[in-house]
This record gives sequence, C-alpha cells and structure tokens, in this order.
Amino acid sequence: MEEIVYVNAEGRRIDGRKLDELRPIKIIPSVLSRAEGSAYIEWGQNKALVGVFGPREAIPQHIQDPTKAIVNYVYRMATFSVPDRKSPKPGRREIEISKVSGEALAKAIFVERFPNTTIDIYVHIFDSNAGTRCAALTAASVALADAGIPMRDLVSACAVGRAAGHIMLDLCKEEEDATDAVDMPLAIMPRTKEVVLLQMDGIISKEEWKEAFELGLKGCQQVYEIQKKALKRKYEEIAEEEAKAIEHVDKQLKEISENPELLRGGNK
Amino acid sequence: MRDDILWELRSDKVKELIKVSQRLDGRGLFEYRPVQIETGFSKNAHGSCRIRLGETDVIVGVKMDIAEPYPDSPDEGSITVGAELMPMASPVFEPGPPDQNATELARVVDRCIRESKAIDFKKLSIVEGEKAWFVFIDIYIANDAGNLFDASSLAALGALLDTKIPKLEDDKIVKGEYSGKLELSKKPLLTTFAKINGKIVVDPATAEEKAMDARLSIGTTEEALMSAMQKGGTGSFTQAEIEQCIELAFQKSDELRKFFKVG
Repeated sequence: MEEIVYVNAEGRRIDGRKLDELRPIKIIPSVLSRAEGSAYIEWGQNKALVGVFGPREAIPQHIQDPTKAIVNYVYRMATFSVPDRKSPKPGRREIEISKVSGEALAKAIFVERFPNTTIDIYVHIFDSNAGTRCAALTAASVALADAGIPMRDLVSACAVGRAAGHIMLDLCKEEEDATDAVDMPLAIMPRTKEVVLLQMDGIISKEEWKEAFELGLKGCQQVYEIQKKALKRKYEEIAEEEAKAIEHVDKQLKEISENPELLRGGNK
Repeated sequence: MRDDILWELRSDKVKELIKVSQRLDGRGLFEYRPVQIETGFSKNAHGSCRIRLGETDVIVGVKMDIAEPYPDSPDEGSITVGAELMPMASPVFEPGPPDQNATELARVVDRCIRESKAIDFKKLSIVEGEKAWFVFIDIYIANDAGNLFDASSLAALGALLDTKIPKLEDDKIVKGEYSGKLELSKKPLLTTFAKINGKIVVDPATAEEKAMDARLSIGTTEEALMSAMQKGGTGSFTQAEIEQCIELAFQKSDELRKFFKVG
C-alpha cells in the first residue's frame, strides 16, 4: 500500500491544514421554525441540525426529578451520512454519544431552576468525516442559547489527537485511521476551562497526553469565538430589522403630524 | 406531546378566511409556497437533496446497495423508501421507530415513484437471480410547517436526479467511484390538496392542516398520467372535487417540475 504522508516538509497535513488548525466551521442559529431553539452547523464535511424543546413537563411522570430538569440529548446519524448505508435504528455508538453529550450540557445548564421538566435536544448528522460528536455538541449549545435556556457558559468542543507521531487538532477521517492514531474528543466551558466531556481511544504517554490536551483547549477556545459570533450575528440581524420597523413608524407619525386629516380618514 | 395552543386560534382563523376564499398567509387557493432546492447536500450519500417548501424543511439521501433480488422478480432491483419524522421537526414528534404517519408518508412517496416506472427496475439487475441494485431513499423531516408529502416527494425526486451509481469491480462496490448516473425516465411528483370548510386548497401549511377535514395527494408524471393517490383525514371528497384536484395536480406539478430543468 502507498504510504500516506500525514505531515509534509512544510508542516502541512493531508488536507493542507497546520497541526493546530481547525477545519472551516459555519454555525447558523434559529434555522427551524417549529423548534424552540435550533442551529445548523457545517464543520469541514460534517453537517448537522439541532432542535431544542423545553424546559417542558417530563412525561411519563415517574421520570420527573423534583430537584432538576432532565437533559435529554439524542444524537442520531442519517442512513446516508456515512460511506456504507447505516441502519435507521440507533446503534450503541449513537446511544453512548447521546449520554456523554447530554451530561456535558447538563453541567452548563441551570437545571436546578426547572424541576420536573425535560430539556430535549435532538441532533441529526447528515454528512460526516470524523468529529461529528464535537460538531453536534458545539451546535447544540448554540441551539440552547437560541432557545433562551439559561446556561453558565456555552459548551465548546473539538477533538485532538495523534497521527503518525504528530499531535494535531481536529482529526479528519484519514488521520483517525492512522495506525498509531489517538482520538480525544474534548468539550469545555471556556470561561472557567472546566472539562465537561472527555473521551479518548488509542495509546499515549503522559507527556504526549498533556501536549494534546493543551492543544485541545486552544481548539475549544477558537470554537467558542465562532459560537459567540454566530449568536451575536443573529441578534444584530434582529436589531437591524427592528431599527427598520421603528424608522417606518417614525415616518408615519411624521406624516400624520404634518397632515392631521389622515387620522380622520381612518382605516376602511 | 401537545402542540402549542395558538394553532387552534390560527386554525379557527383559517376556517373563517376560507369562506371568502382567502388564506392565512395571503396565498391564492392554488398557490404553492416558495420552493428552495439544494442538491448534493450530503457527500456521503450517492444522491441527496434538501428542500425548503415555505418553512417546511426536508432532507433526502439516496444510497445504492447490492442485494439478492426478490424471488418473484429475479431480473429486477427495487427501491425502498423510509421516512423519519425527526423530533426536532415539531413538538408533537417523538423519538422512536416510524409511527403511522411516517409509514404512510414513506409508502405514498414510494408508490408515486415506483408506479410511475421512472426507474426501470430491470436495468438495476446485475446478475439475474443473484445480485441487483436496491435504491434506498431515506426521508428526514427537519421542520414540519405543513405538507410533508409534497416536500418529501420533491426532495426524493431531487435526490434521485442527483444519484450516481457506484462503480462495480467483480460485482463489489468500489467506494468513491461511480459508473454513471441513475437513469430517470420521468419526473414523478405528488401534489397535495386540503379540503377546508368545503373549499379546496393546494399545499396546506400547518394551520391549514389543523383546520382541514380531508387531504388528497395525487402522484403525477409529465405525460399527464397518475401514479398514486392517497386520501387522508376523516372528511370526504365528492367525485367533482376529486376531478378538480386531478386537473390541478397536472397543472401544479408541471410548474414544480420546472425547478428540475436538467434531468
């Protein structure tokens, strides 16, 4: 088999990135009208949609927790989102990812304010190339903010790892498949750097782990900036629309003050 | 889960407006909401398409796979349509295996495509009695703002027109390589009508679906043939109403087909 050059002489990776470089990330909040909060994310080839509902009454009643809200995170992949068609039934991988991601968000959400309720977060992946759980979690936290659910901080995620002896950020599929690959999905609350999701597979020394972890923290910090920008952009758009509406009303008021006859005519 | 109580008010308003032949969103009775099409949405799919019909948002992906033909048609492949009403799409959708509504949706889209003979199943045969192509068409509803039938059929057609057949070597799929496009000899589409207070409208939005007595979906082709019909809801239609819907279905689907110029 042809040997893959994971990092070339110029320090560039298979897809041209530097070791500490994320793939391009695009986040759009408020994309689904029937969900209470939503977000769309493109992270390299990965594409995901998230819809959030709640806090709403937890049903059936026996699942209710009188001390806090349940965070119900459901991560699923579309049948066509992977090279070989996936069964539409959820697999063990999807169930595990749902669990750890929900737990990560539960730390950020003020769950104790909403006893007996559930906050439902539904995520679907439509195209994939490594790192979908981090993309999904990143988008989910934006969707929660979009739903107006109070949180201590956003949750920002990215994967870090090793391929062909190099510690690198945000591994793509080919890098994940390297013989010495280490993959470590990581999520933090960036303000306090508290780790809320951590998984790892592969074999690694203490020193290399530390190097990887610190690179991962930097990656999450970059993701955080992208998340904040996406949310701010949404409110800027709303502000612009409101400014236009106010301008329109002002114009009408001015017309009326100049020509009081308009009022007497009234609407038909 | 129960839906927002506001929908009941909107649905009352729909019933009131329809008396003077008006709709809540200001559309004409036989006017579709704006359509946005994005093909090639998923690179891992062999064909894919995302459709926005008003605020209704549907993603369809196609995967071609090799399987043993059915014993009663050893020289044919086939299609399989699945639909998932993702819980993000509506507060009333719950996670879990497909319910009655999802199953009906998938089966009506399936019949519309299958019976139109747009795909020649004989051409999907690889080795008679042993191997044939099966076309998996999976529908994902991302936002339900009404008329999932037409949005799904548009997205399914868009995805099929985008579908490439994987390359075969020794009757095995070579990943990432393609031998050509899936052949579609026509463009089957569903057109759905709602009957509200005795009046017919096309492309019902959510408030109209809540107000409607009955629904009628008609699958048509550009040769002015029908490939599927499905009546839904507890109300009824008269023969004259059905005939009116058929005429309109041909007319409206021809307008929708123009969104897929190259086929």
